[in-house]
Amino acid sequence: MTTMTIAKAINEGLRATLKNNPKALLMGEDIGALGGVYRVTEGLKKEFGADRVVDTPLAEAGIIGTAIGLALRGYHPICEIQFDGFVFPGFNQITTQLAKIHARSAGQLSTPVVIRIPYGGGIGSIEHHSESPEALFAHTAGLRIISPSNAHDAYWMIQQAAACPDPVIVFEPKRRYWQKGEINTDDPGLDPFQARVIHPGTDATIVVYGPLVPVALAAADAAEEDGHSVEVIDLRSISPMDFETVSTSVEKTGRLIVAHEAPTFGGVGGEIAARISERCFYALESPVLRVGGFHMPYPVARVEEHYLPDVDRLLEALDRALAY
Amino acid sequence: MAEAQLPTTEFDLTGPDDAREALAEAEAGAPEVHMVQLLDEHGNLHHDGTFSPYLQRLDAEKLRSFYRDMATIRRFDQEATALQRQGELALWVPLTGQEAAQIGSGQASEPQDYIFPTYREHGVALTRGVDLAQLLRLFRGISHGGWNPKDTNFHLYTLVLAVQTLHAVGYAMGIQRDLASDPDAVPAAVMAYFGDGASSEGDVHESMVFAASFQAPVVFFCQNNHWAISVPSEVQSRVPLVNRAAGYGFPGIRVDGNDVLAVHAVSQWALEHARSGAGPVLIEAFTYRLGAHTTADDPTKYRLAAEEDKWRAKDPLVRLETYLRKENLVDDAFFAGIRADGDELAGYLRKATLAMTVPDIRASFAQVYAQAHPLVTEELEWVERYQASFPDAAESVDERNGGAA
Ligand SMILES: Cc1ncc(C[n+]2csc(CCOP(=O)(O)OP(=O)(O)O)c2C)c(N)n1
Ligand SMILES: [Mg+2]
Repeated sequence: MTTMTIAKAINEGLRATLKNNPKALLMGEDIGALGGVYRVTEGLKKEFGADRVVDTPLAEAGIIGTAIGLALRGYHPICEIQFDGFVFPGFNQITTQLAKIHARSAGQLSTPVVIRIPYGGGIGSIEHHSESPEALFAHTAGLRIISPSNAHDAYWMIQQAAACPDPVIVFEPKRRYWQKGEINTDDPGLDPFQARVIHPGTDATIVVYGPLVPVALAAADAAEEDGHSVEVIDLRSISPMDFETVSTSVEKTGRLIVAHEAPTFGGVGGEIAARISERCFYALESPVLRVGGFHMPYPVARVEEHYLPDVDRLLEALDRALAY
Repeated sequence: MAEAQLPTTEFDLTGPDDAREALAEAEAGAPEVHMVQLLDEHGNLHHDGTFSPYLQRLDAEKLRSFYRDMATIRRFDQEATALQRQGELALWVPLTGQEAAQIGSGQASEPQDYIFPTYREHGVALTRGVDLAQLLRLFRGISHGGWNPKDTNFHLYTLVLAVQTLHAVGYAMGIQRDLASDPDAVPAAVMAYFGDGASSEGDVHESMVFAASFQAPVVFFCQNNHWAISVPSEVQSRVPLVNRAAGYGFPGIRVDGNDVLAVHAVSQWALEHARSGAGPVLIEAFTYRLGAHTTADDPTKYRLAAEEDKWRAKDPLVRLETYLRKENLVDDAFFAGIRADGDELAGYLRKATLAMTVPDIRASFAQVYAQAHPLVTEELEWVERYQASFPDAAESVDERNGGAA
């Protein structure tokens, strides 16, 4: 057991990957001498050299596209996108190529590329630095999408992503980078594509992932004071989605609230709501409710507290669910 | 290298695998490119067959205005940095070192021209008449824009690198159509600003392809300030960036970006070239970002103090001051006046910043579409009901909003 921040845990996970897999390499903007704008790759260039920790020219299509080529040649590139809002120059490469080469080649070729994207808001930043675009990628078959919420998962999930034969996008909750937690370096515990019940309860289920996990736990504590027992699930993986764990919980509680920072319209929460409504129709005592961002570009920093789901917004949804 | 010149933070610039070293060697082996310079770092004039004649157009007042604008924008930079340090701005993007590149090119533009900046072009904004306080709105986190581009033909800052180079070409294609359909239309050109880092983005390539294909009246103005955050410009291009123009089939000029006279002359030439219908031009302004990338950046992690010192000796303000004094075009009162104006500007910026209204999320809903959108309306109604459900909500929201929504 050792305690460290999420950023450091990813750093250690990357270090372990570079050590264990000679074909693994890191690519991105400012990841070398600077160690990335969030210092997640700090010290790695010094330790593994410029061939394994590559400061690329400034071009996201270039990063993803060449990572695909490297993967075709047997390498395992782990790409860093500097901020969520800057992945889009690489979107073409991700959705038309990375996601589809396995299918196109009838399984002959695989492109085990990992893309790390710091995502989400709450950091008081300027435009394009606070977005949650996971649904845009989840909609594309061929990509696996995970989001760790704590140091232990961060340490293990980046390594599991790197070992996966499919492309994996790791959405890293940047506003939680400095959150500390314990890591069991001997045992990952779960498969990266499984959800985890992190707070048991009986009256309602709240499903969250990434940056909203601490918010949901705080909401569960607050609800407990009001006499409501809330089960909290950390989804961990967005594609595939662990409907088994969620539906087992909902069969017990009868109520489900899904929350994410991304806008609710067309979001991941809608998919969970639809699937769980099908699976748990007779167990549900209220409609599945969603709490999320609004149908607008991510707002300016001074407004974001009114945009981001917080404990009050979760409790308001809980009240509505319990009122049925 | 003397020990004292090394930054104190641990970093790894040295070693056989260092990109900068290897690539600098590659560049050293590449053919030298001519760099237009009219005023050297000691304040001496040099002759250039093509561009020296442009100096004839400048009277003493114009020369003084170059200095005044450069000093003003450097002061602005210092004040904005101070406001950030005091927590009044979320972030600041300093331009110190790049004053000549920005004031020289900005002053070369005409009112009918249209400018697409990236995010560091505060100096260009000044020359276009943008209220400097409005530039701070984005960095205070109360606006994604901050000014009306139609007032000054200075577009909003664009934070996704390089995308605006294509917008610039499209805008220029619009100018071509206006000129073709209206014989009285005033010829105009477009300036697209981008950095050495952004030059690697595919959008820049496509913008140059389109500009060349349609002979669009656009001037690509690349400020090569030698760094893209921590990545040296050699990683983006092994040969002088300006050489790319030849591949697209239009003129490219490297200019000393710290020489305001040369930047102004070259920019005037390029804008006239574009306005005359002769097609695009690429200007590479060879300059240096003397400060951090942003107030969140720490350059000691990736570059040597000695390099900064080398460029500090090429300060664009110092060389123009030397020249102006030598030519007896200024006196001490001129500089004292600029300092006094700077103090006034500082006071104005502080007051304006503190007085900026904190926006309400209701405004964010209102701005999404030009035409009412039912989902936005529904969500807004929900937010209003939700906020009203808190006992003290009504007043506090109104307060934040400075009154009505
Ligand atoms: C598409 C995109 N990718 C990454 C970034 C993050 N980023 C912001 S500034 C910067 C470096 C830009 O360097 P350069 O183009 O040379 O401009 P300078 O900052 O030197 O003015 C990077 C990588 C971004 N804003 N947009
Ligand atoms: Mg640069």
